[in-house]
Amino acid sequence: MSSLNKSSFLRIFLSYLPIIMLFFSVFNEFDFNYLKLDYFAFNFVHLLIFFWTLRNPDQLGYLAIFFAGIINDVVIGIPIGISSFCYLILCSVTAYIRNITLSPNFMKDWISLLFTILLINSIQVIILDLVFLINVDYTNYLINSGFTFLFYPIFFLLFNFLNERISYQKND
Amino acid sequence: MATGRDDFVIAIRSAFLKKKDKQKFSLLTLIFLSLFVIILTNLNFKVIEFVKLGIKEVIYRSSYIVSIPENKLKKITSKLQLHMDLYESYQKELNNLENSEQLKLQNEFLTLENKKLRELIDESINSQEIFARVLIDKNSPYLKSVVLNKGTKDKVKIGMAVIDEVYLVGQIIEVNYSNSRALLLSDLNSKIPSVLEPDDIQAVISGTGSNFGKIEHTQIDYKESFNNKEIIAYTSGLGGLFKPGIPIGKIVNSSEGQINFFSDFTQLNYVKIVSYKLGGEK
Repeated sequence: MSSLNKSSFLRIFLSYLPIIMLFFSVFNEFDFNYLKLDYFAFNFVHLLIFFWTLRNPDQLGYLAIFFAGIINDVVIGIPIGISSFCYLILCSVTAYIRNITLSPNFMKDWISLLFTILLINSIQVIILDLVFLINVDYTNYLINSGFTFLFYPIFFLLFNFLNERISYQKND
Repeated sequence: MATGRDDFVIAIRSAFLKKKDKQKFSLLTLIFLSLFVIILTNLNFKVIEFVKLGIKEVIYRSSYIVSIPENKLKKITSKLQLHMDLYESYQKELNNLENSEQLKLQNEFLTLENKKLRELIDESINSQEIFARVLIDKNSPYLKSVVLNKGTKDKVKIGMAVIDEVYLVGQIIEVNYSNSRALLLSDLNSKIPSVLEPDDIQAVISGTGSNFGKIEHTQIDYKESFNNKEIIAYTSGLGGLFKPGIPIGKIVNSSEGQINFFSDFTQLNYVKIVSYKLGGEK
């Protein structure tokens, strides 16, 4: 009985883990830069949304992503709605890739991530700079996009492992 | 060719309009909703302002609670770093201590003299200080700012100076009921009217997005007089927002006009929010 309860708790916890990670990271806005290296920053939320909406969209709802964007905007202090818009653009790209792909391929996903993050960061810069007249550092955005792209394989392995565990628990 | 275009249209339509089992809204609906939110944010209606204030209040508090583990981790890392640098910092402090006693006496005398002289010309400066705790300090790559735990209920207003010990760290740019956001000097959007001493050169200190600032809108030949001198930037008080004479930073590389801020923005825990009045002002 106890093992059954434990298993059910684990199943529920694992199924909500992507959402927990998403909200935890937008509330924290962490960049994992504890070494205080100049310019080192990557967007964990972009990686998280990209992976889960591409590989297992049932675990990460669009409405949750929309609210996560609103929270992110308030925490980092940019006009409300911009991050939501960018996250949903990211989702639409992954939904499109999912529709045109028969068998998922890591390399294709990785390359499409690069184009997607460049696209959404460009949209964000355009909205901030041209519409809201907030000065932004283009170098920071570019380096952030670069690191986000480079870190995808590591997080792909972690998320893929988690995704397999979720599927395993579901089918168990 | 036509089939290829049809496939593309079907894939796009499916991506934007199709809902998965657990999705309650289609992507297109939410994209339009977020665009609607962006437009609403731009409008300054009272109702929208109240809703925005409410959202910010809740999210800032929640973010503070969620950030507790990460902040603990940061504190541990910084403590470890301090332990590692103990000997070096001890040597530095020893050197500083030798001069500080003399400087303290000189400073006390000059402060009293300055006060007397200001009283003579009826230009006394009365400042009001509000102590605040830093709630959120994200050092985001996008906007360099901190959220403080004092807001309109504590009479905080937009434009007030934020000071760490005696050094300027930024200014208030957004005020909610119980909290406010301060833009740090290092942000690209920060511009502070300042005076470079001892040469008394007026300049504007701008943020660069990194942990240093740069000198702008000043004399073309200002670098020539800086050779082999220690140049300190203070607030000039022009514009009437800041009290004159708040230390900002030291010029380290005059050829590039680079200025290192005195305060370490990554270590802010408690700050003072300061407003000031010149003598005779109501």
